[in-house]
Amino acid sequence: MTAALAVNRRVFLKAGAAAGGGLLVGLSLPRGLGAQESAAPGGPKYPPEAFVRIAPDGTTTVIVGRSEMGQGVYTALAMLLCEDLDADWSKVRVESAPVAAVYNNTAFGIQATGGSTTTWSSWDQMRTVGATARAMLVAEAAARWSVAPDSCRTQNGVVSHPPSGRSFRYGELAEAAAKRTAPASVVLKDEKAFTLIGKPVRRLDTPEKLDGRAQFGLDVKRPGMLTAVVARPPVFGGKVRSVDAAAARAVRGVKDVAEVPSGVAVIADGFWPAQQGREALKIEWDDGPNASFSTDSLRAEYAALAKTPGLVAKREGGPIDEALSGAAKRLEAEYEVPYLAHATMEPLNCVVDLRADGCTLWTGTQFQTFDRAAAATAAGLRPEQVEIHTMFLGGGFGRRANPASDWIVEAVEVAKRAKAPVKVVWTREDDTRGGYYRPFWYDRIAGGLDVAGNPVAWRHTIVGQSIIAGTPFEPGMVKDGIDSSSVEGAADLPYAIPSLHVELHSPKKGVPVLWWRSVGHSHNAFVTECFLDELAHAAGRDPLEFRRALLKGHARHLGALELAAEKAGWGKPLPAGRARGLAVHESFGSFAAQVAEVSLVKGRPRVHRVVCAIDCGKIVNPDTIAAQMEGAVGFGLSAALYGEITLKEGRIEQSNFHDYPIVRMDEMPAVETHIVPSREKPGGVGEPGTPPIAPAVANALFALTGKRLRRLPIRREDLA
Amino acid sequence: MLKLNVNRQDRELDVDPGTPLLWALRDGLGLTGTKYGCGVAQCGACTVHVDGEAIRSCVTAVSDVAGKRVVTIEGLAEAEAQPLQEAWIQEDVPQCGYCQSGQLMAAAALLRERPRPSDQDIDDAMSGNLCRCATYPRIRRAIHLAAGLKAKGGTR
Repeated sequence: MTAALAVNRRVFLKAGAAAGGGLLVGLSLPRGLGAQESAAPGGPKYPPEAFVRIAPDGTTTVIVGRSEMGQGVYTALAMLLCEDLDADWSKVRVESAPVAAVYNNTAFGIQATGGSTTTWSSWDQMRTVGATARAMLVAEAAARWSVAPDSCRTQNGVVSHPPSGRSFRYGELAEAAAKRTAPASVVLKDEKAFTLIGKPVRRLDTPEKLDGRAQFGLDVKRPGMLTAVVARPPVFGGKVRSVDAAAARAVRGVKDVAEVPSGVAVIADGFWPAQQGREALKIEWDDGPNASFSTDSLRAEYAALAKTPGLVAKREGGPIDEALSGAAKRLEAEYEVPYLAHATMEPLNCVVDLRADGCTLWTGTQFQTFDRAAAATAAGLRPEQVEIHTMFLGGGFGRRANPASDWIVEAVEVAKRAKAPVKVVWTREDDTRGGYYRPFWYDRIAGGLDVAGNPVAWRHTIVGQSIIAGTPFEPGMVKDGIDSSSVEGAADLPYAIPSLHVELHSPKKGVPVLWWRSVGHSHNAFVTECFLDELAHAAGRDPLEFRRALLKGHARHLGALELAAEKAGWGKPLPAGRARGLAVHESFGSFAAQVAEVSLVKGRPRVHRVVCAIDCGKIVNPDTIAAQMEGAVGFGLSAALYGEITLKEGRIEQSNFHDYPIVRMDEMPAVETHIVPSREKPGGVGEPGTPPIAPAVANALFALTGKRLRRLPIRREDLA
Repeated sequence: MLKLNVNRQDRELDVDPGTPLLWALRDGLGLTGTKYGCGVAQCGACTVHVDGEAIRSCVTAVSDVAGKRVVTIEGLAEAEAQPLQEAWIQEDVPQCGYCQSGQLMAAAALLRERPRPSDQDIDDAMSGNLCRCATYPRIRRAIHLAAGLKAKGGTR
């Protein structure tokens, strides 16, 4: 593909001199839209429009507006840009961008990292900037040699003129090239000439993550900085009634104890005294309206609700009741999945330096635009007076993309009282109990088969809190009361079933909920792929063959499914005591199938091997795709085997990794990843590997034991 | 004043003797490569070596290591660090990277005891180190690779 470039009409290519000399190329917003960005006090060290900077020594710095939380975007975006730049990859570095509209995620219109959007939404942008920088370097070289630019070649950070054998390194040209006008349009490299895109490339951020150099939010230290922990209400919606801080103030190192809107902050000269001080606090809480909340009563309430009509999210074919009652065979089942914490390895934290005329934050966040606005409101400043340094994220999984910016706002509130730069640290217990969970979901589902064993009817009622309601995303994502993220992966069931009916109840509850790696798919894939397995069994058909027949016209689902099945040896004999299960699911523009091989060890499920196939369209870095499939399997498996947040009398019952376990080394299956060759538009990679693992494992355990697992986490008693 | 030997240097710290070594290192000495993950010896992110043994610094009082040799990720000896880092790069192990200091410190201690560890040895030594990104299969491969590199005396 050779395409002349169509840059987003709202942004313009822009080039100029970098502060320390050299060439800088980026994008710029029309005057007015971007003007406020450059007014920020203290000013960032490069103009906010920079996407790449080439220094006189050849160092090529790619400035990335997405957050690196392990998913590999620093490397992937640098690969996209450097492909068309023909940079010397050994001289490529990545810096995180400041907050500026020009770094907005084109998928969302805000600066945010999520929804597995980074690669596809940055594809044209990064490549175009790279091609522009390259064209300017070539123009400079050609002018010096008095030759036509198209007689020059570029490779590995060098412009050469083959007829005369002359060459310049990019660094030698950068400063002068910066004085040239950026070309109005550029031609992107032909795919056949790719040296980076589609090739396995080692991550750029690995070396600094191996010797303690990598800076996460928790590692930030500022001159005169204090550390705070906050005692938060044990019940969501609770408030402080009274505080006795005398003993806390007596702890050596404690500087102050202050009430903040979210609780009571203990501010000290380090984490340990702050924590000791917090333990010494005597707080009387007003538990508020959620004091009697329990997940047991929630379950009963949801189960009752699931029997009542909800809002219709999908209606296809004739009346569902007639289709079900006319079926030769009818199945009904109820499924449930619990609240889940994200449990990022790095608990939440934020450093705030609040001054009269500005505020600087250092944190790991996925949601810079919202966080900046929220910090500004809390500080009584304008957004352009707030600067955010996005640090490495010790995991994100959606927790650091909170429209409520909970930990950011709280840190600013603490800073208002600390009168010094302050780091607010969440302990593991704080993080586990701090809310913003994947919602608890309850599903009632019915299916009908005709005499030949073909499904003719499917009715699915979903009950659970809306993540989107009440957020700025509501106008775009909630239509006629249906939160699209509640029904994603269910309302768009790919299987050819003549009567398909999906309903939704979205009860409001006091437990804060949020997206959790793969969002609605994390539960809908489990329910739909397990129930489809139930139908296959009832029809006496092989689960693969049953799906295959229903996926005609869904070539990408089928492609992934067939590849996973073939590589896993589906249908081939296994040793005694082992069984396989499969699942396929589309999410975030990609199609993922998994075959899990399981056994029981002392009554507990053991997953030995998972074969993944993914069709994610055109790919950037196959090794990152494999890493994301491995990570998604481990993440989804932790939820399938262990993950459960429960509440009793309004209180979270879990606190740390001993009662909210995640999969460990000795429980991790071997994971094989196979990529379906595809020329389709790029899809997501960070999340699509998560949805299929729980149903693949549950279906495998059914094949092994004959027990249907309709709730997560999988319980020993459900297998007995 | 507490006297510590950290990364082959004598250091003095004015902290409460009950302060966990983790926070003495991070807040007191600015050695932030050692990570906080759980505070209760459940995740291994805070693993350091004390007199050559891998321990959880989040549950070790700083006074308990006075007079002992503490080594953190920043001070892991070249002969031990280099093959591990090389293997971790070759296998492209880290994702978010937050737990990797602890993983490397645990792996270094394992290789000292078992220069050619079996998969079972790796399970036994490494199952206390959590990784939310589930880089476990790569850590396993990298440990085997590092063992080979170490036997050959490194690659550089």
